[in-house]
Amino acid sequence: MTDKHTEPEAQPTQEPDSAEGHRPRSYGQWRKDRIDRLAESGSIADEDGVSLWQSAWRRLRRDPVFLVGAGIIAVFVVVAIIAPFIAPHDPTRAIPELRAQITPSTPIPPAQPGHLLGGDNAGRDLFSRLLVGSRQTLIVGVLATLGGLTGGMVLGTLAGGIGGWVDSAVMRIVDVMLSIPSLLMAFSIAALFARPSQWTVILAIAIIQIPIFARLLRGSMLSQRHSDHVLAARALGVKPTPIVFRHMLPNSVGPVIVQGTLVLAIAIIDAAALSFLGLGNPDDTVPEWGQMLGKAQTFFNTYPHIAVYPALCIIVVALGFTLMGESLREALDPKSRR
Amino acid sequence: MLRFIVRRLLQAVLALFILSVLLFAWLRSLPGGPVAALLGERGTPESAAALRAQLGLDQPLPVQYFRFVERAVQGDFGISNGVFRGQPAMEVFLQRLPATIELSVVAMVIALSLAIPLGYIAARRRGGPLDTGSVVFSLIGVAVPVFFLAYVLKYVFAVQLGWLPPSGRQTVGIGATHITNFYVLDGIITREWDAAWDAFRHLILPALALSSIPFAVVFRITRAAVIDVMDEDYVRTARAKGLTAGTIRGRHVMRNALIPVITIIGLQIGALLAGAVLTEKVFAFQGIGQALAIGFELRDYPVLQVLIMMAALIYIVVNLLVDIAYAVIDPRVRTK
Amino acid sequence: MINRKVAAVAGTAALALALTSCAESERDDGDAGGGDAGSATDDGGSTGEDAGSSDAQFVFGAAGAPTTFDPFYASDGETFRVTRQIFQNLIGIEEGGTEGVPELATSWEGSEDGLTWTFELQEGVTFHDGTEFNAEAVCANFERWADQNEVGQSQAVAYYYGNDFGFGDDSLYESCEATDDLTAEVTVTRVTGKFPMVLSQSSYAMQSPTAMEEYNANDVQAEGEAFVYPEYAQEHPTGTGPFVFEAYDNAGGTVSLTRNDDFWGEPAGVQDLIFSIIPDENARRQELEAGTIQGYDLPNPVDWQSLEDNGNQVLIRDPFNILYLALNPVADPQLEDPLIRRALYHAINRETLVQNQLPDGATVATQFFPDTVSGYNTDIQPYAYDPEEAEALLAEAGAEDLEIDLWYPTEVTRPYMPDPQRIYDAVRADWEAIGVTINPVSRPWAGGYIDGTQSSQSPAFFLGWTGDLNSADNFLCAFFCGDDNQFGTSAYDWHGELQDALREADGEPDEAAREEMYRELNENIMSEEWLPGLPISHSPPAIVVAENVQGLTPSPLTAEDFSTITLSE
Repeated sequence: MTDKHTEPEAQPTQEPDSAEGHRPRSYGQWRKDRIDRLAESGSIADEDGVSLWQSAWRRLRRDPVFLVGAGIIAVFVVVAIIAPFIAPHDPTRAIPELRAQITPSTPIPPAQPGHLLGGDNAGRDLFSRLLVGSRQTLIVGVLATLGGLTGGMVLGTLAGGIGGWVDSAVMRIVDVMLSIPSLLMAFSIAALFARPSQWTVILAIAIIQIPIFARLLRGSMLSQRHSDHVLAARALGVKPTPIVFRHMLPNSVGPVIVQGTLVLAIAIIDAAALSFLGLGNPDDTVPEWGQMLGKAQTFFNTYPHIAVYPALCIIVVALGFTLMGESLREALDPKSRR
Repeated sequence: MLRFIVRRLLQAVLALFILSVLLFAWLRSLPGGPVAALLGERGTPESAAALRAQLGLDQPLPVQYFRFVERAVQGDFGISNGVFRGQPAMEVFLQRLPATIELSVVAMVIALSLAIPLGYIAARRRGGPLDTGSVVFSLIGVAVPVFFLAYVLKYVFAVQLGWLPPSGRQTVGIGATHITNFYVLDGIITREWDAAWDAFRHLILPALALSSIPFAVVFRITRAAVIDVMDEDYVRTARAKGLTAGTIRGRHVMRNALIPVITIIGLQIGALLAGAVLTEKVFAFQGIGQALAIGFELRDYPVLQVLIMMAALIYIVVNLLVDIAYAVIDPRVRTK
Repeated sequence: MINRKVAAVAGTAALALALTSCAESERDDGDAGGGDAGSATDDGGSTGEDAGSSDAQFVFGAAGAPTTFDPFYASDGETFRVTRQIFQNLIGIEEGGTEGVPELATSWEGSEDGLTWTFELQEGVTFHDGTEFNAEAVCANFERWADQNEVGQSQAVAYYYGNDFGFGDDSLYESCEATDDLTAEVTVTRVTGKFPMVLSQSSYAMQSPTAMEEYNANDVQAEGEAFVYPEYAQEHPTGTGPFVFEAYDNAGGTVSLTRNDDFWGEPAGVQDLIFSIIPDENARRQELEAGTIQGYDLPNPVDWQSLEDNGNQVLIRDPFNILYLALNPVADPQLEDPLIRRALYHAINRETLVQNQLPDGATVATQFFPDTVSGYNTDIQPYAYDPEEAEALLAEAGAEDLEIDLWYPTEVTRPYMPDPQRIYDAVRADWEAIGVTINPVSRPWAGGYIDGTQSSQSPAFFLGWTGDLNSADNFLCAFFCGDDNQFGTSAYDWHGELQDALREADGEPDEAAREEMYRELNENIMSEEWLPGLPISHSPPAIVVAENVQGLTPSPLTAEDFSTITLSE
């Protein structure tokens, strides 16, 4: 049974001319429409005998936006992996020579030979912290995204796989969550924890992504319900659970990758905003860009560079993920292929 | 139609009720509390316990909630115990609402006046370098944390260049008369032109920073909508009929493309509020966002309750009005 | 939403236009066509006829709003900063010091038994409302303090009176009698070292009995989760001081005072004194540099140098505070072992910490109050920075792999602790150097830090105190009095001895004997067996004013008198 009658707007958009955000009825609705379109995109397996991925790749190869984004991300990931080996200094410990330069009126050691960007307010090498910070930033982004994905997958498969009242109930909750601005929700969740840490930041950001992934996966599954391979499997007597896991989920990979890429960017930016409001990880031993930026606010007027460097890193990487995500979205979108 | 409206109204009331319960419980489950804010390092366990009892904070949560509702239905939403100590929480909200509205309106005007033309041009030159460039520009807007943008604007234009004031809503010593608490408006109606101009100058930088949030959304929607409309049959027909490009643009494309744009801009209020919390903090701008941040820091329950509930109320009412408007326009929505 | 906003704006505009006829500018000058947005002085129509004083305006950037304008119900610096300009006390505070000096009382004398005190009063003083200041008024104030309702007696309301005098039968206050027009006799129930000097605190300001009666000054209520102060405290504070309360603009966040032209002393140097509430420190600094405010309190030490480079004057107060690291054995039983406490103390390099993390003029603390307070023990040898000794002590205690939760507050600046994070960083580095594992716990000040430290949840944490007056009890009792104090001393076997010593010293009438008792107590507290916490530093808080501001004397009690300020062009 489909839920066509209970929630028609949840169906992948039916009007052939409806573009992204066309006639949104509310902020939540606009977000829903975006997600639904994406959900639909991955499920169309074939078109003119060319596989979706081949066709997408053909387009992406020539798309400068995608190439720039992918390039940024590639560099970022490589740096994140090798950073601890190439960092000139230990980013977690104060360098005695830098720490000796800290006085109440000069709290930030300036750039100098051996310390490309100088030190931070605890006498640690800023350049090393930026390099190594990429790793923790990547970890926060990836874990928050994976957390959101896992939560969303559970809800989405429950809703899309079982249907009926489970579907209605789950989707009602998801829709309510979607109608709340995600950053406000992240502030609220992060504020709940008595002991903020890296994990509470990750958790807060993961939770706000759950409804997005849930709706995405459910939409993707619904659109596959009547596709040939699912109907065939059902005709062959395959039980519902294996159908969901073996046939439906794998086909949702495309939209999930797109959304995951976009969410990674948001996660990194939101982590910075949380830190700015004092809701981030208080322990700054292991560097992370968002935290470095959030904690640099006291020095912004006197020593802006210690805020500007992590901010630039965040902006460039977030831009990289967004460029990649948006161009992937367009490439996978059957409508934009005409 | 009436049944639809009644049903949606009931849903809204229910949503507000559930929100008020959750909010009440959530605030009180936060670590710390108003007692710590009031006593600071001068408190002792005994004095803290006595104060908690005096303020009724030692009662079970349901009892506290019931008391809150009892007073709220009589129009008493509590009295601030934080920075605005002694002032009714609702008054704090009403005094600060004009500031945030002023800020949001200017931010929205900036975003629209940049995003709509840019979105239109991008759509007309789809795929071209201008399109790619403006898409990337809008994505950069997404990638820059709004509080960082605010700091940069402040640093460059207020601290370094000194062109614009660095913080606040109005120069303190100017001695302006305030009637509506919309400072620019106040200056105009009292003909204190210098005060109006001064208030406006204070708005520019925070509004510019805040405008980065709606800018990206409005740009994307304008672009998508214009692309869509240009492919519509009536535009093609108009083109085939030989109407001039200008007529098509004005009469068909822009008019139809603007419908989704207009609806979405009103509904950015939630996102704007999140941004306002960050922007107002940077610019020490005396609006709702700053009151939220301060209220949060001092665990000022009454102020937080009123601010969040009122924001939710406005949000829900706007959504409701939009839904009703659509139900009037589009009968399919009603029948579901 | 835009539609609603537009509608709201349009609606207000329409309403406003309808009102335009009466919506005239309330400014004195009436004609606001000058377009001088930057001009800060704008009071052409004021009554300042005093030829000697300028009609200048001084705007001070305050970090927070005053909680009330009745100092009796206040305990925070933002409130006192304002009320000190409006009110005066029987006993004032010496300019730039901490000692009590004659103010509204010209002299005072205690009886033999130390129970009755006679105050001779200043002649020819009137309150701002015209009420005469005399012995009757003094007694009206004493009576009013004692006569508080249940809410008024709360710690969060009349904090100082509750602490210094107390309410009900145990109260220190016995009676007050006006023996003649300018002589008041105050009787107390027991001898205490702090009376009468305690009357120099801002809370004990002399307020107009007429105004207090008219506006129900004692009618403070608890409503919902907050206190509601009476009309008097909100709109009609009436004192004898150099400035008169004019208005509090809630929405704009400004408190306006004007010069009291009938002041009995030297009239104030500026016509208007405005406090502009700017919660963000960066914003205060920028407003100063932009010239829209002429001063603010507690500039971040990081900014001192550049503020001065830009021509501002950073006035440094003598330190009258203490920053300490408390160790609470109730929160973490490991700390019951004195060896561990000593090890942790020896591990901290306080010299470097004070030099690198605290502003110029900060000093290393050897005990729990600064050397200007009587009872300070100069013989106490500071615990040396000795990481090897620390490691040896840890080994002796069998705690080589010690792990400890170290708390610090976020989003807060205290006069004794300008940047908690940096102090935390320094201590953490020192402790890690001797092999201690640190679990950092950071909480917002009111978001769990105060709660946690006061309910003995935090094993090790930073806190401090700024003295209210020159009294050892004011420091030590705040830290150690009571069975569940923040140091968790009830877990130690010397807890009873400590409590007795605190009580006896405060009750000693003879000044010299009392001083000796505190000296001994300090030595005990810092002994190897006791050592409940680690005093770290006394650091000087600063106040900054613009280049053209003259005549402001910094006060160690942060009790600056703004009436001495003059502005030069």
